[in-house]
Amino acid sequence: MYGLYNFVTGPLVWASFAIFILGSIYRLVSMYALAKKKDAVSLAYMDWKFSFRSIFNWLIPFNALGWKKNPVLTVVTYVFHICLLATPILLSAHIILIEESWGVSWWTLSDSTADIMTILVIVACAFFAGRRLYQKDVRFLTTGQDWLILTIAALPFITGFLAYHQLFNYQVLIIAHVLAGNIMIAAIPFTRLSHMFFSVFTRAYMGSEFGGIRKAKDW
Amino acid sequence: MGIQDRLIEDVGLREGVSRLTEDKIQKTVNAVIQGETGARLKAYAEICLRCGMCTEACHFYLSHDQDPSYAPAAKVKQTIGTLLANSGRVSPDQIYNMAQIAYSECNLCRRCVHFCPVGVDTAYMMITMRRICHKLGVTPQYIQDTAHSHSATFNQMWVKDDEWTDTLQWQEDEARDEFPDLRIPLDKEGADVYYSVIAPEPKFRTQLIYQAAAILHTAKIDWTMPAEPGWDNSDMCMFTGDFEMMGRLKRKHFESAQKLKVKRIVMGECGHAFRSVYDVGNRWAGWKHYPVPVVHSVEFFWELLTQGKIKLVSKYPGPVTLQDPCNIVRGRGLGDKLREVIRILVDGEIVETASNREHNLCCSAGGGVINCGPPFKNARVAACKAKADQLRATGVKTIIAPCHNCHGGLDDTVHKYELGMEIKFLGDIIYQCMERPET
Ligand code: SF4
Ligand code: SF4
Repeated sequence: MYGLYNFVTGPLVWASFAIFILGSIYRLVSMYALAKKKDAVSLAYMDWKFSFRSIFNWLIPFNALGWKKNPVLTVVTYVFHICLLATPILLSAHIILIEESWGVSWWTLSDSTADIMTILVIVACAFFAGRRLYQKDVRFLTTGQDWLILTIAALPFITGFLAYHQLFNYQVLIIAHVLAGNIMIAAIPFTRLSHMFFSVFTRAYMGSEFGGIRKAKDW
Repeated sequence: MGIQDRLIEDVGLREGVSRLTEDKIQKTVNAVIQGETGARLKAYAEICLRCGMCTEACHFYLSHDQDPSYAPAAKVKQTIGTLLANSGRVSPDQIYNMAQIAYSECNLCRRCVHFCPVGVDTAYMMITMRRICHKLGVTPQYIQDTAHSHSATFNQMWVKDDEWTDTLQWQEDEARDEFPDLRIPLDKEGADVYYSVIAPEPKFRTQLIYQAAAILHTAKIDWTMPAEPGWDNSDMCMFTGDFEMMGRLKRKHFESAQKLKVKRIVMGECGHAFRSVYDVGNRWAGWKHYPVPVVHSVEFFWELLTQGKIKLVSKYPGPVTLQDPCNIVRGRGLGDKLREVIRILVDGEIVETASNREHNLCCSAGGGVINCGPPFKNARVAACKAKADQLRATGVKTIIAPCHNCHGGLDDTVHKYELGMEIKFLGDIIYQCMERPET
């Protein structure tokens, strides 16, 4: 068990980060090359000012029409994304591991806050799953990929929560947790989770087209 | 629920698919996807989260009892999404379904852009689907007829060259009863304004040419119209997916203006033609923007009215509401100018519809949908129910709609939903209320 733990927290972490970083670079570079080759007519209109205008306006909750018309989803989406990103980065247990390995550390969340944020992520995932199952339009749209990324995103938090509270077998759960985290990181460039970086560009592009050519807001 | 339950018989689509095989489909689909699309399509297909946030954007969904198969992302899923998922190998019948969705169940209005957080452009996906259909030879008959006309005559309505100049002369003659020294100057080199129209104007809305001539004459504008092809700024090829022809049309239009060395082009009250000029056709023809400045008549009227070149003897009795044409408001930011013009022209309030300016609901006729003709008319008007509800809620009797498509679409809508409203072009009102030079 200990050997397995060392493996998933050691080499496997390196591997998943390597896959994440190299994979992301590969995806971004190849996408850019493709855009240059095939989408000159879109790239030509990219504009810094309008890109940021669009990104900025879409980051503000309830600012864009889409957010306004989907209020519950908006709240859940913001809470979900904030907790999903902040919890692992600011969790003291993670920082301790990093400090032990590299001697660097940073500000952390209190364990109880992190616990609540973890629960929020799990609840949000349940909400998303509920929409996929019960909301007619979303059910119509849902494909296997969507369930896949929802599972990938939920598992590290579910296992982390169970391990933290020492429910069931801690040893098994902590290994499962690390494994799930590794899978999530490695999956980002190759699944729909890639929206994490591609959406910055699609948003920027839409902002540029609307700002520069269509002279209208896109939010 | 789903496209298979609402198929409409169209001879263009039917004949088109009858010539297809799965091999042929796959070859064409992949040729378009690999040859003509790139990172945009790939990124959109990959990052659409199937979240359904865009669902509520679409008037097709809103007007059809919230049938999920009309949601923007659902239309993508049933068309280009299915092609991508199957490496382009689908049956001819599936192509029929996809063509019906792409040509008649999306107005390319881009309202859904305002709903999608990751910036997926559903209209782009639909136009790419249309491009594939065009290459497969599967297009609705009526709109294909206009595209054929474009390629044979450079105008949308099979107007022959002599008919064009005859029509202008006829309108000039008519107008001279009212404005004795009015001219419709043809091919005048170096004029300040080159006035271009869409072919339905000479074909069956000649009074619009009369009115435009009256306004330009009254405002003492140095203007001209071309005697030769190029005068039609419309572009149905943009909507059928015949991009080669779209590029030729735009080149012809601009070159005809360049040949006359005019200062700028003023376009009549049309939406789609404007889109073709500043956003789509120009790009295909290789112009990043456009080689000759182009203004839409909303901007032009705004100039005439604010500079005092047109004075009013009366104001049009309000209150009124207005239809923001997608292609000039969401597509070109003319919402403010449009309202300023209306405020000058109308005595009374502007009662806004619930969704207005760049958030407006489409009239359901745009994007070539109305041009798909009678087979699709009932479906089109049914999709305008959400708009009809918003119009009825304004409680006013006049809709100002500075776009031909909006006019045609709303005409049917007002009739079907018994709204009892009349629809006006800005030109109608200016012509009615302006001070005549001779009086
Ligand atoms: S009709 Fe307009 S809102 Fe509906 S899918 Fe097409 S572009 Fe989007
Ligand atoms: S197009 Fe955008 S809003 Fe619509 S389902 Fe996809 S990601 Fe969501």
